Amino acid sequence: MADSLVLVELVGGEIDDSAWELAEAARNAGSEKVAAALLGKDVAAHAETLTKAFDVVHVFDDAQLEVLDGEVSAALLAPFVERTAPAMVFVPHTNYGMDLAPGLAVKTDRPLLTDIIAIESANDGIQAVRTMYGGKVHAKVKAVPCDRGYILTLRPGSFAPADNPAAGGTINTEEVPAALAPGRRFVETIQPDAGEVDITQAEVLVAVGRGIEEEENLEIIDSLAEALGAEVACSRPVVDKKWLSKSRQVGTSGLSVKPKIYIAIGISGSFQHMGGVKGGPFIAAINKDPAAPIFSVANVGIVGDLFDIVPLLEEKINEAKG
Amino acid sequence: MEIIVCVKRVPDTAELEVEIDRSGGGIEERDLAYGINEWDNFAVEAALAIKEEHGGKVTAITTGGEDDEEVLRRALAMGADEALHLMDSAFEGSDAQGIATILHKAISARPFDLILTGAISSDRSSGQVGGMLAAKLGIPQVALATDLKVEGSKAIVTHEVEGGLERVVELDLPALVSVQTGLNEPRYVSIRGIRKVSSMEIPILGSGDLGLDAAAVGSAGAVVTVEELFLPPKVEGAEMLEGDEEEMVEQLVAKLREQGGL
Amino acid sequence: MAGQLSTSYAPASLQVLGLPAPAVHSVLILVALATFCFILWRRAAVLRRANPDPRTDQVLERLKKLLVIGFGQARQPRYLLAGVLHILIFFGFLILSLRSLTLLGEGFVVGFNLPGLGGAVGEWYATLKDYTALIVLACCIVAAIRRSVFKPARYHDRHARKSHGHEAYLILGLISLLMIADAFYEGSEMASLEIPFGAALPLASFASIAVGGGSETLFVNLHATSFWVHNVALLFFLCYLPLSKHFHVISALPNVFLLNLNPVGRVKPARHGVANLDDIKQLGVGKLEDFTWKHILDFYSCTDCGRCTDHCPSYASGTPLSPRMISINCRDLAYESYPVFGKPVAPDKRPELVGQVVREEELWACTTCGACEEACPVTIEYIDKIVDMRRFLVDEGRVPASLQKPLAALEKHGNPYGKMARKRGDWVGKKEEALEVEVLKKGAETDTLIFTDSCAAYDPRIIEISRAFAELMIQAGVPCGTLGKDEVDSGHEARRIGEEGLFETLRDQNLEAMEEREFKSVVTCDPHAYNALSNGGYDLGKPVHHHSQRLAELIELGKLKPKQLNDGKRYTFHDPCYLGRHNGEYEAPRQVLKALGVNLVEMDRSRNRSFCCGGGSLYLFYEGESESRMGEKRLQMAADVGADVVVTACPFCLINLEDAVKTTGREGKIEVLDLAELVQRAVVGDDSV
Repeated sequence: MADSLVLVELVGGEIDDSAWELAEAARNAGSEKVAAALLGKDVAAHAETLTKAFDVVHVFDDAQLEVLDGEVSAALLAPFVERTAPAMVFVPHTNYGMDLAPGLAVKTDRPLLTDIIAIESANDGIQAVRTMYGGKVHAKVKAVPCDRGYILTLRPGSFAPADNPAAGGTINTEEVPAALAPGRRFVETIQPDAGEVDITQAEVLVAVGRGIEEEENLEIIDSLAEALGAEVACSRPVVDKKWLSKSRQVGTSGLSVKPKIYIAIGISGSFQHMGGVKGGPFIAAINKDPAAPIFSVANVGIVGDLFDIVPLLEEKINEAKG
Repeated sequence: MEIIVCVKRVPDTAELEVEIDRSGGGIEERDLAYGINEWDNFAVEAALAIKEEHGGKVTAITTGGEDDEEVLRRALAMGADEALHLMDSAFEGSDAQGIATILHKAISARPFDLILTGAISSDRSSGQVGGMLAAKLGIPQVALATDLKVEGSKAIVTHEVEGGLERVVELDLPALVSVQTGLNEPRYVSIRGIRKVSSMEIPILGSGDLGLDAAAVGSAGAVVTVEELFLPPKVEGAEMLEGDEEEMVEQLVAKLREQGGL
Repeated sequence: MAGQLSTSYAPASLQVLGLPAPAVHSVLILVALATFCFILWRRAAVLRRANPDPRTDQVLERLKKLLVIGFGQARQPRYLLAGVLHILIFFGFLILSLRSLTLLGEGFVVGFNLPGLGGAVGEWYATLKDYTALIVLACCIVAAIRRSVFKPARYHDRHARKSHGHEAYLILGLISLLMIADAFYEGSEMASLEIPFGAALPLASFASIAVGGGSETLFVNLHATSFWVHNVALLFFLCYLPLSKHFHVISALPNVFLLNLNPVGRVKPARHGVANLDDIKQLGVGKLEDFTWKHILDFYSCTDCGRCTDHCPSYASGTPLSPRMISINCRDLAYESYPVFGKPVAPDKRPELVGQVVREEELWACTTCGACEEACPVTIEYIDKIVDMRRFLVDEGRVPASLQKPLAALEKHGNPYGKMARKRGDWVGKKEEALEVEVLKKGAETDTLIFTDSCAAYDPRIIEISRAFAELMIQAGVPCGTLGKDEVDSGHEARRIGEEGLFETLRDQNLEAMEEREFKSVVTCDPHAYNALSNGGYDLGKPVHHHSQRLAELIELGKLKPKQLNDGKRYTFHDPCYLGRHNGEYEAPRQVLKALGVNLVEMDRSRNRSFCCGGGSLYLFYEGESESRMGEKRLQMAADVGADVVVTACPFCLINLEDAVKTTGREGKIEVLDLAELVQRAVVGDDSV
């Protein structure tokens, strides 16, 4: 029954999937009226699109918001939240969300629950579920009843969006005050090097993780990818070691991909990595650890030594292709 | 420059199968080894690098019990000049904003130019304390820094944003930066190094010293509580292929063909 | 023959620049000697400021080594042509030293002879001298051609920063000049006296023939000139020695005398004479003077021959390491920092010893295999220096991230993998899988303690070896036990990486656990653990064995009766560095193989020349730059002798070689087995093991 406000994030100028997920999550938590806060520059078209899932779309359209800055957003939203007093404020748990939510929570003096993967009830305080210890443990957490309301950051991909939302909402334009966060100024966004591969467009991806052990071993992955006509992707540890460029990193702090087929080799399957795999592709996993989390999200799995399996797989694929 | 680093002692659970303890409120501690939170380690290294370049002092701070003093000694062995231990039974059971409150009281009582923390901790992973602390102190902050430089009265910070991109921002000091792993290569601390600082004094401050109302912190003041821990349910998951390596691979190839991958 | 020329033409009778020759000659000698002593004094300056090193014990043993390695040139023939050339020049040098002294004497006394070298003995010596000079001259020419035309790869180090090649040509030239000058000195006299070609003096005869037909004046002038050329060249040579790599001419023999008599596997203490680690302000070697004086003498004694680097497996696999360049670069630093003229350069004004002169990547690329030390003809030590420089880096926190993780895991979990300490003893198995090996509680006793160390306790492939060996011991009727989860890593690699504090902590934990249990001896399948327990400051006071030694003994005593493995396969044995070179055990594994009746072929580089698999110094964890893998190179050597099976006796060797089989696509062609597994096959008689 209590109202909710969802912070919409724009990624690459487009509405991020999390907006739809959070809208539905808000409704399932009991909100009849779900509003969206859309921050950006020249976003009228997006506002229109959002009316499908939201009852009200509050538009903050200003040059200051061309680049979504966490501090600027928190400074902007705090008085708005105080004024409109939604019981729950939903923020996607992305890098952007992590940057702004704590500050927003302090400014509005609301309890903050982060990285939530399920909401159990929102009647008497909030009961929700999040993970701890690198995803190995789930925790039931509770926000004590608070008249002022709550702020929740939800893990993208954990909540299903509505199938055919038809909220038919209205659009409301809000004023954007000047000099929102003077102590922090945007300098530049670092563009990836031109000519680097774009894995976000690939249909088939062969992803490699820490299990490859050494840079030299990447050869077998390249070979396999070639046999499949696929692009090579990877998880964060491989990029941290500088074996592959960041343009190949899939995950919450990397890129989101939407392939048809995703072959995960030597990847444990942490949510930070799988969070970048969207659209429910066919996932095949090869890992020597039968307890690796990847096997819970994959469609098919092989427990074995990737140094044996991968060359064998390449061989069989080449045979099958004739 | 006065630099403050907030550090936390966490269990090392990366290679272990974590078990829930009997009460259901925590994890089984029997085989656990503890150390500094990996993100905080990068923060300490960043603080030391800035001090080495610009001069000044690095102070390491932690909240927590007696055992947590270990991470302060480690920070001192790495090269921090001072350490502060915020300890009081009233602090036990604090949630993130409680910790931020305690830190706020301790830090606002001293001069500081820059506060560094890890973006998240490997145990709870809430990622809240840094941002909350900055807001309470009324200073600018940025989260998930992958590069950090100080120029005069500004910090130039590169941080992770959406779409796998990175963005550079300028912060006016005093400011707070929460760091992401990979920001630098933390120096090693040898056993001998830790022994060398074993006799350095580390002052302990309690709620009285900080002027804190016990009701605002600890379990008394927590607005978010952990009710119960449980192991994730075994999801149906993947179809695990069987047979020898050749058989499994052949089955996989058949499935890939079905999916149109060949 | 001296003195047959008219005495008025003898050098001692002549005048130089209006002064009597003896006067000029004495000034020359005095100046040369003074210069020489001055240079040596200046070179000794850094030695005086360096750290102590006890080297005066066991004099008889030292004399023996000096005789064999020094005078006997025992290590030279390993490179046959260069070795023979050097041996000839070396002995030639010794023989001709008497001649040189004689020639110096002739500058003062006409017809000078050294006491005892007159008369018939003198004539015999003259013949010896002349043949020697001829051989030496020929060697110099061959050496020069070899160096300039054939350019042996060994002399060209990938990592050389400056070229020192000119020194070699200069010395060859000087030596040749001495020979030629002496020949003409003698030859001009022969020509003047019309003494015919004599087989007794071939070189001089050649010289005399060369000038035959010349005038008397020519002979006289040539005689005098050759004399001065010879002596000036000799004195110049003397002063040049301490300015170049030929310092080794002076210091090599003392260096061999002062060699390290400790077992190779023993690393030097953090500082000689200081028992408590915490009493040392700065650990290890960060600047030149932190080395011991013996180590600096090593730098001076380096002959720049490159044999160490030629044997270095790390260099062979394309890493930044070249042991020879460490010696040469440090020597150059010593020469620059303590110049012959001028004040010494303060440490902060020099390039950093560790970081610039010797780069960090060089230091971490060493597996401490010891091949360099084994190859060096003047017994230069490398491992202690590298460990000392690593100690400095560890103290400063400059450890690569890839090594920090296993070190942290060693500290927290007692093993470099970060696996649970509680599970360390689980390899003995439970229930149906349980071996009859007792996990000893405190106060318990057994006959033999099995100390697995971390790899053999946690790596599933190596647990197979631990179990195979344990089963064999049980079958032979030897009661065995383990420390279970009270065992921690031996600390062997931690110490070699330079984390001395961590090593001590681990060692003390193990000692405590061992003191609480009773056993007669210790056995391990891991040569690194074997080395730690025998040489690593454990001082157990009980016998420590490697499993190959126990197996050999048990077979000999008839307690194990392996069948003959007549399988027609070719077997080769890969000598582990820490069993072989570091502890001198080459025979026990071969005895076992012989008892199994296998067809054993030896690789070229076997026994003390074994090529490291790349397993030491936690190299399995280290991510440094290299072009290829040591394990792959070693496997190629096995393939080169047609081996079907490579037998190992070390967990790391097994892992690296098995990995190499996979990465070089040799599955099914070459099998890698541990000695214990092979014996088990023979004992059970079942090929499916």
